Amino acid sequence: MTANEMSRSDALLSVRKLTKLFGSFAACDGIDLEIRPGEIHALLGENGAGKSTLVKMLFGVLAPTSGQILWKGEPVRIASPGAARRTGIGMVFQHFSLFEALTVAENIALSLDPRISLAKIAEEAAVLSRNYGLPLDPKAHVADLSVGERQRIEIVRTLLQNPELIILDEPTSVLTPQEADRLFETLAKLKAEGRSVLYISHRLEEVQRICDRATVLRHGKVTGACDPRAETPASLARMMVGSEVANVTAAGTNAKGGVLLEARNLNVAARTPFATALKNICLTVRSGEVLAIAGVAGNGQSELFDALSGEYPVADADAVRISGKNVGTLGITARRLMGAGFVPEERHGHAAVPGLPLSDNLVLARSKSDRKVFLAGGILGIIRYVAVRLATKRISAAMDVRKSGDDPPAGSLSGGNLQKFIVGRELDRQPNVLIVNQPTWGVDAGAASRIRQALVDLAKSGSAVLVISQDLDEIFEVATEIAVINEGQLSPAYPAQGMTREKIGLLMGGFHGKAEEREAAHAH
Amino acid sequence: MGIVEAILLTVITAATPLVLAAIGELVTERSGVLNLGVEGMMIMGAALAFAATQVTGSPYIGILAGIVCGALFSLLFGFLTLTLVANQVATGLALTILGLGISGQIGEPYVGMSGIKLQPIVIPVLADIPFIGPLLFRQDLIFYISIALIIGVHWFLFHSRAGLKLRAIGDSHGSAHALGIHVIRTRYLAVMFGGACAGLAGAQLSLVYTPQWVENMSAGRGWIALALVVFASWRPGRVLAGGYLFGAVSISQLHAQALGIGIPSQFLSALPYAATIVVLILISHNRRVTLINTPASLGKPFVPDR
Repeated sequence: MTANEMSRSDALLSVRKLTKLFGSFAACDGIDLEIRPGEIHALLGENGAGKSTLVKMLFGVLAPTSGQILWKGEPVRIASPGAARRTGIGMVFQHFSLFEALTVAENIALSLDPRISLAKIAEEAAVLSRNYGLPLDPKAHVADLSVGERQRIEIVRTLLQNPELIILDEPTSVLTPQEADRLFETLAKLKAEGRSVLYISHRLEEVQRICDRATVLRHGKVTGACDPRAETPASLARMMVGSEVANVTAAGTNAKGGVLLEARNLNVAARTPFATALKNICLTVRSGEVLAIAGVAGNGQSELFDALSGEYPVADADAVRISGKNVGTLGITARRLMGAGFVPEERHGHAAVPGLPLSDNLVLARSKSDRKVFLAGGILGIIRYVAVRLATKRISAAMDVRKSGDDPPAGSLSGGNLQKFIVGRELDRQPNVLIVNQPTWGVDAGAASRIRQALVDLAKSGSAVLVISQDLDEIFEVATEIAVINEGQLSPAYPAQGMTREKIGLLMGGFHGKAEEREAAHAH
Repeated sequence: MGIVEAILLTVITAATPLVLAAIGELVTERSGVLNLGVEGMMIMGAALAFAATQVTGSPYIGILAGIVCGALFSLLFGFLTLTLVANQVATGLALTILGLGISGQIGEPYVGMSGIKLQPIVIPVLADIPFIGPLLFRQDLIFYISIALIIGVHWFLFHSRAGLKLRAIGDSHGSAHALGIHVIRTRYLAVMFGGACAGLAGAQLSLVYTPQWVENMSAGRGWIALALVVFASWRPGRVLAGGYLFGAVSISQLHAQALGIGIPSQFLSALPYAATIVVLILISHNRRVTLINTPASLGKPFVPDR
């Protein structure tokens, strides 16, 4: 007996050929999904696989372009979150929409019928939270609560509407392991009551532990529907990241030089409740190497970039070393002066000031590191506009930046062209160390290949390049070494040649250092 | 009537306009809107209330005129900041300057005229209680309204669902919008409530405090009311306490002079502000208190469909 042979009318919710187009881009492409009463159903997939788009359609946030949603066998149209709730679907979002200044009961009351008194809501919430093992004090202010407790409010708020299907979007991404265990107990209880749960995750371990069935998405399509317990992590990972191997253009050079960038036991505590703490990160990038760090977003990539670039210096000077010198405590300018270049993830407002022309953006980034070239008059720091304009022109030509006019505001360029300029701004200095976070995020294919080529060329010329990316195709195109970041921990770096997507998928799913043995076990 | 009673009576009269303007601004700010135009709305209310009283001969029509005028004047602020999303601080300052100017124009014909004082309403039985009776139960209508408003606003904010929604908007207008609460509509109402209260406070000045029209007669009370809201950390009960404290301080300079105590009057008139600064330091020292009482989206414009 397999899932597909089960009678369709048994399903609580079925989705048939559900498609969502954004322009010509299909975020969800003919998705089929079936959730039975009383099961915990996993929705697995990488970032951008279409998980969020799918559940947003199920919860009435987005309208499907085509396809059908069936609730207990009847076709339904879910026009709004309110309609979804009335149908019997509840959702717990990854990022909570709670009011910090209000109490737990008040927060819950705002999403319920205004005729129910606050005292009654507080009482019901207290009873319900006790029954489901989610202890909450209705009178506590949200501002005083931990992230885990805040999630409980969202869950209790959802449960008070008595839903038959509860959608949880990456619920454990903000929880401690202990809090996660508690959540799993709650989910088991919900299941025992006959409620269904749609559990969105990319963590294979969790999915195997608690889910009855799984649907795997990749590039907006279903790549597998299975019983996760009958699968191995390796086979799940293969469905998640795809098994075909991209054409790897060998970026590696023969002569590997000395270590130019190094991190030793780099630890960073989480700055905000939604940030990831970095745990004992160790990495080395030699001259001529491109180290690519793969991983699902939110596993510590931006925190790692911040620590390596010096945007947020760390306490240990020797935790980060550039060209053999300890720079952990130094800021970004000091590190730039040592020949390092940095390209952050966010183009607008981080890598560039959208309202200022390209030339001003160039001066802002490089006035310290190339002071003699761009500034005149000693301490007066008068901008040499002729030199700056020339450099702007040179960078634009080198990277093929298409723009209107000679020196337009950065914000008027398309994402791809601005990204080319920002990468070019750093490459123009011939940095000996370049750290790039998501170099081609949201960039069109032409610009992306231009940027990737530039990164490979820089490494060939003898620099050390570190690329943080979620795009596996990109990683295989540029990398000589590949490591994976997961929950703030970095796997050892493996040579790109011997690396498979499957192995990366396993590492992304949290099987640290166990990749080989699992694979070996599976082979037998 | 003893000296203590007489002094306390003047304190009540001085505190009432502060309490009124502050409780109105408190509701506005709880919804997340910072209206610095209290002074302007107050002086407009004072001018219109005086003029209407002179024309009709009835101070009650004057009170009504003050309230309506304050609400309408605040509607201008609402339109600029909520619909056109203008900067709230700049618009509020402009409202104050505009109000001072227009009120001078309106009040011009009435300068030097003796006004009609709003007569006290004696509440039977209670008024005969010694000491408390003359102080609290032989007062004018505006005093009674001010006390009722404090109680009413407290009940509204902390015991009604509409008040909960208002606080939710002030805390996070994005989340409130996502829950289907009408952010802009609620803020319009909150701004107009603040305007009406400031107008009423102005009416108290020109009908009770000093029943005549003098240009700039609000004399910075709108600013004290604004400081009072922060001083009270956005809680109605503390507005009442703070209003009477500030009222007592501001009136004490007159009594100090009468009693021949040589404290410079400038020092005493600066005291409310000094007190506010001290309180601000104490409040911001405790992050939790700040987080729970300060409307987090205060002064931030809300643009839906972002």
